[in-house]
Amino acid sequence: MIALLLAQTIAITGGTVYPVSGPKMENATVLIRDGRITAVGPAVTVPGDATRIDARGKWVTPGLIDGGTQLGLTEISAVNATNEGALRGSDVAAAFNVAEGINPASTLIPVTRVEGVTTTLAAPASGWISGQAVLIDLDGATIEQMLVRSPVGMLVDLSEGSKSAGGGSRAGVAQRLRRVFSDALEYSRRRTEYTRAQMQQLAAPAADLEALLPVLRGQEPLIAFANRRSDMETALRIGREFKLKLILAGAQEGWMIAPELAAAGVPVLVQPLDNIPSYDALGVRYENAAVLAKGGVKVALLETDTHNARDLRQQAGNAVSYGMAWDQALRAVTLAPAEIFGVGDRYGSLDAGKVANVVVWSGDPFEFTTAVEHVLIRGREIPLKSRQTELFERYKTLPPKY
Amino acid sequence: MRRASYVVLAALAGGCASAGARQASKPTPQAAQAAESSSTERAQYPSSYRRHPNPPVVIRNATIMTATGQEIANGSLLMKDGKIVAIGKSVDAPADAAVVDGTGKYVTPGLIDDHSHLGVYAAPGTDAESDGNEATNPVTAEVWAEHSFWPQDPQIPLAIAGGITTIQALPGSANLIGGRSAILKLIPARTVQEMKFPGARYGLKMACGENPKRVYHSRGPSTRMGNMAGYREAFSQAESYRRRWDKWHKDHQGDPPERNLRLETLAEVLRGNIYVQNHCYRADEMAQMLDLAHEFGFKIRSFHHAVEAYKIADLLAREGTSVSVWADWWGFKEEAMDGIHENAALNQAAGGRPLIHSDSPSGIQRLNQEAAKAMYYGQRSGIPVTREQALRWITANPAWALGLDSVVGTLEPGKMADVVVWSGDPFSVYGKAVQVYNDGWLVYDRNDPAHQPRTDFELGQTPPPGSDR
Repeated sequence: MIALLLAQTIAITGGTVYPVSGPKMENATVLIRDGRITAVGPAVTVPGDATRIDARGKWVTPGLIDGGTQLGLTEISAVNATNEGALRGSDVAAAFNVAEGINPASTLIPVTRVEGVTTTLAAPASGWISGQAVLIDLDGATIEQMLVRSPVGMLVDLSEGSKSAGGGSRAGVAQRLRRVFSDALEYSRRRTEYTRAQMQQLAAPAADLEALLPVLRGQEPLIAFANRRSDMETALRIGREFKLKLILAGAQEGWMIAPELAAAGVPVLVQPLDNIPSYDALGVRYENAAVLAKGGVKVALLETDTHNARDLRQQAGNAVSYGMAWDQALRAVTLAPAEIFGVGDRYGSLDAGKVANVVVWSGDPFEFTTAVEHVLIRGREIPLKSRQTELFERYKTLPPKY
Repeated sequence: MRRASYVVLAALAGGCASAGARQASKPTPQAAQAAESSSTERAQYPSSYRRHPNPPVVIRNATIMTATGQEIANGSLLMKDGKIVAIGKSVDAPADAAVVDGTGKYVTPGLIDDHSHLGVYAAPGTDAESDGNEATNPVTAEVWAEHSFWPQDPQIPLAIAGGITTIQALPGSANLIGGRSAILKLIPARTVQEMKFPGARYGLKMACGENPKRVYHSRGPSTRMGNMAGYREAFSQAESYRRRWDKWHKDHQGDPPERNLRLETLAEVLRGNIYVQNHCYRADEMAQMLDLAHEFGFKIRSFHHAVEAYKIADLLAREGTSVSVWADWWGFKEEAMDGIHENAALNQAAGGRPLIHSDSPSGIQRLNQEAAKAMYYGQRSGIPVTREQALRWITANPAWALGLDSVVGTLEPGKMADVVVWSGDPFSVYGKAVQVYNDGWLVYDRNDPAHQPRTDFELGQTPPPGSDR
């Protein structure tokens, strides 16, 4: 059965195709076989055995990728029994990888994917060095089937929210982070002495120091959550000191330092509709995404409300409304996050060889008028059903039939 | 004298039974009487709102969405002295009128959010500015949101830039009965009194379900049945309080009854002068609250959040209770698990009165987008919702929920000149408010920094005008 499904060939024909990696193509075909895209273009020959999806008059894009969620790790925010994203006990949780907390049966998964979001970051939810985020496709019966990449990066919170980790001061946070990093390096050089208990006490348990080593070797990104300009600059400074591969998340005042971020080659994850001032970021504004993109920074857009990750397209539309080029906004919800999360070779664009996460829209994906017509994840056409569509069917005529 | 004073109190609290707003009561000259009269006989925190003087404005060649059933292409609108004077294909304007070229633009009534915590949960969101929940007792009908409201909340200009002209600022939902709401013109002001919508009646915030039982778990109520007992206890006390005062007002025998601020507000609910605004998620609980209202003889004006309203849309339509809902919020707590996109549309189709509210300083900046989502999802699911109905979800229907539908909420001659000019279709993600008129006053112009108000809080520490924060 699985073999049969895998062998399925699907041709999405006649649509306006936005491959993201290149210019849009009118009346083009996206050919999919064994879960991968095998050809894209206006002159693709469709095999006789292919299942056809007629996309004439439709827009075809890669599935959207949201790097701002807790999908799979939460069901009901206020019900702790359903939350798996936060490791309580220690504010250094570097060894905490969220993957085994993912619930493939979560009702949020169908609710999200039927709206065109096919891939999401499952990120740890709290703590200072919060742990390791993983990337998942929103389809699959098991965690293994859903995982795209694990880990994607190590999360650290350098915002106001984690000041307690540094004794209540931003300076304390920065100094403690350096100490943890230095101890991790020290630990890696002197493992034997550590085992013989011949080392002074380290800033974190061995498992956490161990987990930080790929970050300190520049193999795994450090995803630093920071909003205030000075906090982002602290992240850049520590990044230089330890030669880290850095990603900035939140970045509400990023627009103030776009050239600096571009020069450092640091990508940012921003939520376009953030604009409520706080003491963490009094300079937060709607044009943030646009200013960063124009300044040459690699930008991925977020919708951070996990239950409404489906509103990523509204976020993108508003980024356009406040100055981001439409093409850049589409890239910022597809190829840019794929590249930032280390899967740009497999995800984020419609190119031969890539994983077949594809969405057929009735029009501009960012517009409210637009409906999702087909969603394919790894080449499987997803039924456009969720718990919410079932509730609607039950109650669309009253009284309901139970 | 005493008899007259009761009329003043009733008028301030909304003594008129019809749905319109009244003129603000004039504060009576009272200094001389202060020594011998009592507090109930004096003006109770009156509005000091005054219309900002402006030249007439005519908007020409725009698509006018009136929220009364018609969309006028290439239409014009004239406002003068704070009133809409004329709307139509062609409109005569006085020589001194400012002319706005509406080519390619859309015009709607000012948007109204009947569920906001602006000013009571002000940015920058510190404990020092957290003034929305008097969470010290499950029943605090005696507190008034206006006494918490901070006019320098930097979220206010952001909401104005989203086309909002009127809000209901509510106490939070920690309490069974949280206190009186403030109905405000959303304008730059030094005091909340200058913002108080003249003649608007108060709302009373009530809350069902999880929040009160969570907040008061240790002292009670700790269950939904405990919640119900709490409302019943409060209203039953209010019933006898109202009887005592009504009797005294009738016969003036002896000293007036002792004043009780908590019961005074609830008695005004029982008299129909204060509207109940009820935070309630689940369908079964809304049905319980309707029974409570029947028991004590009051009306629930609107169920707020009401994520399950679609399950009892027939009942709600029959009861004449509006539903204030989000387009798509769900799942953040157990009682919000059954939220669906079609909630507003299904209530519309059932003959109810849905409206879109924000409950959010972010969401209030794009009520038009939320209404658009709810409309298009409804349409895609086969529910025949019109653009006019969806516009009413953020204008005329919230105006009704606040009892102000004869004053604001539509573009009609004689109505208050609360008018928004949009860069394009307000139901497009790319449409933005470019001009916002509140009572004829240009309070926001996206293209003119001179009309981009900033609060004191923002000076010297947030980006300057023109940056579209």
